[in-house]
Formats: sequence, C-alpha cells, structure tokens
Amino acid sequence: MEDIKKTVLEYVIEEYVEDEDEELTYDTPLISGGIVDSFSMVSLKRFLESKYKISIPDEKATPEAFDSVDKIYELVKEFVKE
Amino acid sequence: MSNIGSYEKRVKDFNWSISEKELGYKEGDVLNIGWYCSDRICQMGKANKPALIWDGLGGKKSSYSFNDVRLASNTIGAFLRKIGVRNEDRVCLFLDKIPELYLGFIGILKIGAIAQPLFSAFGDESLHVRLENAETTVIITQRKHVSKVRKIKDKLPDLKHVIIVDHDGKKPLRDGEMIFSLKEETPVEEFEIFPTKAESPSVLHYTSGTTGQPKGVKHVHYSLIGQYLTAKWVLDLKDNDIYWCTADPGWVTGTSYGIIGPWSLGITQCVLDTGFSAEAWYKFIEKHKVTVWYSAPTAIRSLMKAGDEVIKKYDLSSLRHLASVGEPLNSEAVIWSKKVFGKYFLDTYWQTETGAMMLTNFPGMKVKPGSMGKPFPGIMAAVLDPKSFEPDGEPGKIGLIAFKPGWPSMMRTYWNNEETYRAKFVNDWYVSGDRASIDKEGYYWFVGRDDDVINTGGHLVSPFEVESALLEHEAVAESAVVAKPDEVNMEVVKAVVVLKPGFEPSEELELKIMNFIRKKLSPLAMPQETEYVDSLPKTRSGKIMRRLLHAKEWGEEIGDTSTLEGEE
Repeated sequence: MEDIKKTVLEYVIEEYVEDEDEELTYDTPLISGGIVDSFSMVSLKRFLESKYKISIPDEKATPEAFDSVDKIYELVKEFVKE
Repeated sequence: MSNIGSYEKRVKDFNWSISEKELGYKEGDVLNIGWYCSDRICQMGKANKPALIWDGLGGKKSSYSFNDVRLASNTIGAFLRKIGVRNEDRVCLFLDKIPELYLGFIGILKIGAIAQPLFSAFGDESLHVRLENAETTVIITQRKHVSKVRKIKDKLPDLKHVIIVDHDGKKPLRDGEMIFSLKEETPVEEFEIFPTKAESPSVLHYTSGTTGQPKGVKHVHYSLIGQYLTAKWVLDLKDNDIYWCTADPGWVTGTSYGIIGPWSLGITQCVLDTGFSAEAWYKFIEKHKVTVWYSAPTAIRSLMKAGDEVIKKYDLSSLRHLASVGEPLNSEAVIWSKKVFGKYFLDTYWQTETGAMMLTNFPGMKVKPGSMGKPFPGIMAAVLDPKSFEPDGEPGKIGLIAFKPGWPSMMRTYWNNEETYRAKFVNDWYVSGDRASIDKEGYYWFVGRDDDVINTGGHLVSPFEVESALLEHEAVAESAVVAKPDEVNMEVVKAVVVLKPGFEPSEELELKIMNFIRKKLSPLAMPQETEYVDSLPKTRSGKIMRRLLHAKEWGEEIGDTSTLEGEE
C-alpha cells in the first residue's frame, strides 16, 4: 500500500509540476495549492482508476479528497482490494 | 438604495455622457486607464485606501493602497520604457493571480503599450499562437512558467525580452531573460504617463472561434466609459465595499471587472490566488468581510456540490450583492444562492468582444431565475431571425443575440484579422454567436451557441484548435471535437478519434491523449472523454459533420443528413 503514495507522488511531479524547483511531499496541497487545477483533476482521477483498476464515484472525487497525496492515498485505499 | 435606482428611468434618460462626466472626461482629452485607476483615485483623496488585498499560496499575503498601486505601476512602466518598450507594443502578462499581474497591467497601460494578459495554465502551443499573432515584444512571467516560454522563444522573432518577476538568482538566465523585482526597485514617484486618447489601443484578449486560430480582441482606452458605469450600476459598487471578482485577468472578466471597473471607482478589492476549495472561498469571504462578490456559474455549482453544511461554519453576513458571469446561470443555482446566502446571484451576459456587460439583472429588478436579465441602459439589443437577420420581436421565439454597434467598450477589431471582425456585423448589427429568446416582459433567456465553440466553465474552447493539436499525437489519424454536457462546467470537451494503424483503444491511451492536450493547449481544452471510432461522419466533400456528433451527445434531433457521405 505504501507504494501507492510513492507512485502517485511521482506521477504528480512528472505530469503536473511546472516549477522544477518545487519540492513536493505527501502532504503538499495539490488543488488548493494550485498545482493541480479542477479541470486537470479529471486526468488525475483517470490515472488512479486506470492504474489501480478501480472506479472512483464522482461524489467522492472532490477537490478536498484530491488535495494531497496523503488524501488521495486514503481515497484509493477505500477501493483497492488487498 | 442601489446606484442604478430605477432601471426604467435610467433607460429613458440614458446617455454615455453620464459616465464621461463622472470621470471628468471630455471628447478629445487624454484618456489613460492606468491613470484613472491609480493617480486619479489618489488625487481624489484616497491615496491611503486599500486597493488590493491579496492572499496567495502557503499563507502569503500582501496589501497595496492606491498610492502603492500608483508607485508600483510607475516603477513597472519606467522599467519597460528603459528596455525600449514603446506605445502600442504588445506586452504579455503570463502570470498567476499575483500582485505583479494587477500592478503590471496598470504599468503597461500607463506607457501606452498594449496589455496582453494570458491565462497562466496555457500550454506552450496555446501561448505560441497568441504571442506570434500579436507580435509580442515582451513577456512578463514567473519562474514556474518560464520553461513554457523557453520552449517557444526561438520561434518568436519579435519577442525580445522575457521578464521574470520572482527569480531567486539560483539558476542562470538564458538569452533575452531578465529579472525584475518590485521589492528591489526604487519606487518611481514622478512619472510621465503616455497621453493616450479614447481610441488608443489598451488591451488585447484572445478568444476562440469554431475555425481558425484564436482571435485577438483589440480594446481601446475609451472602454473605461462602459466598464466604469456597468461596474457602478450592475455590481452596485460603493465606496465602503470590499469587492471580490474571482475571475483570472487572463480572461476579459478579470481585467474589465477584476481591475478596471473597481479601481476606476476607487473600490477595495480582494484577490485569492489559490486553487478552488469551498472551505477556502468561504473562509476568504469571512476573513475579508467581502460585500460584493462577482463569480462564475461553474464555481457556484461547485459550491453547491460541496453542500450547505460547510457554509454554516462561516460568517458570510457581510455579503450584500452577488453577480455571476461566464455561461448561463441555471435557475437551481440562483434559487440555491437565495437559500444559503440570502441573496440571489444575478446573472450578467457579455463577451470578450463586448468588453463590458450587455444584458444583466440589476439590483432591485424582479429576478427571474435562469434569465440573463435586460439590456444595460444605452445598449440596443435584439434577437434576430437567423435567416433575415432582422429583429423578430415575437416573445419566446429563438434567434441570434445581437447589439447595435457603438457602445464604448466594443472591440475595435480582431488583431491582424479585419476580415473576421467585419464578418461579425450583419445588417448593422453585431451578431454575438449566441442564441436566446425574449419573454413578454423583455427578459432575455439563453439557449446556446450558434456555432461549435465549446463553453466550458465559462471559457470558450475552439474545436478546431483541439483537433489540430490531436493530429500531432502519434496515435491519432483523425478526430472531431464536440461539447459534452456536464453538470458543473455546463460543457466539457469530448474527442471522437480514429486511430492510426498499429494503435489500439485503451484506457492508457486515453490518459496519454488527455495529458498531451492538457500540456500543449490547456486543462480547459483537455478531452474529458475520448471515444474511439472506425470513421467519422463526413459530407460527400469530405468535411467532418460535427453537428451529427453533437446531436448524438446532447440527445437532439440529427436533422438533415442528405449531404452525409454514404447516404443516398
């Protein structure tokens, strides 16, 4: 499960971070921090669903639930079968 | 008592000279928006009044008085002059909603140059076509966006200077790049403002159409006359208000009503430069005691989605007037706002091309949830028959929204594209490209676009631009891009794609296509759904029939298919 955090963090850095000097940690605010905007959140959701073979209902895919890698991990954990 | 008072009386007695008189402007005078938004307010005795209260990422905050705005814009203007920027040169602002964006905008106008603000989430391709078309000579940006500029700089021979406002000196600069730090510069007290006149160009905003590249909408300093009065009468801004316009100045709302309108009235405004979250927004309103709030339907629907409980945690009693712009505000959202904030969000309708509000719900007017309201006094509006281009007049009949040219803030042309500009006028009407009907009481009701342009979250996306970018993806042979209905954003981009041989449809490929467009164009243009097909519907002459795909997406009648390839 810990791999999820690492994978998501690497993916966010690779795909969404424009400032190469920006240091991202598991609790860096992503949506409220302006790193991932609300439109781009759709592509992040799609990545999680594709990578972990899950389906995240729209009502669970809120800006608050996607606001850090830690929070995304908590969300993904709900749907991933051990 | 609202600023407008009786709408009917205003319509009867209206003349734009009301605005000119209040601003102390007479025909032929020097007219510079930069001066009106800073120096004039200081001369009116409000030098120490807060002009900008800014909250940024990571708890950063700052505040600027009108005198600070005057000095900072002088300083930026002087710097630009020093590096050779002349009047009518295009200077691009490619910044997040940081103070330099607002102050830089005023500074550019003060030297008579043309401000070209661009949405900072644009990818390198979107940036390139807009800078190339405008023959932009200077771009003002920040460290986090400079990599996008570097990718395209060699393809832009007119771009001489790249100014970075937050460079920390750690990494080397490249050719043409320079550092400008407002904090490090000595404030310029005395500054000679360029004597622009009413018809001198001021702002260049880019907007998308169905075909061709984005169009640069050229505005002039006289637009102030319309922006000042609409901000006063529709937003009902008063001297002690704390105003919050949530729009980004990369788009026209963010300059017309996020800078020019409020500052020409000497109003204090707040800016929140963080990503969206309902809690953060409510907290911001509570913290700054916002009184007038101008936002967008997508944001309002997102707040609705976050639920009513979160609202109860904050004291939002300071709010006295709410308005909305971007795409039609659905009646549910209007009714919801009354329930939770005790006020209706009043819808306003206008476009990048109109420069200021055209159809609006006014303070004190009966609210019909879902309607765009009535024409601003002095605006002659109509719904035209789509064939004859004559006003129909029959209540409820759907036609094209049109305006009689001549209002002060109207665009003066499309940059380097006079032909397309002229095509916007038929029978002496400016034809907006939107469809609506008018009811018996004169209220306008939005129906939809009259073309294939996608309105997503209040921003226009050109299907042509997305289709062109898709063709650059290694897997795409052909594509058609259409609007797909969306609960929050009204519409989102959907791509219908034919793959090249050797590529198979998959979730991974869909994600790759999404990210490809997001980075190349912008997150707004990113297809939120990709459908793979074997072939696209085309006319016998080979033109893709987007209309059929759109109708399928929206559950509408397909209509005439006699020109469809393969149909007998």
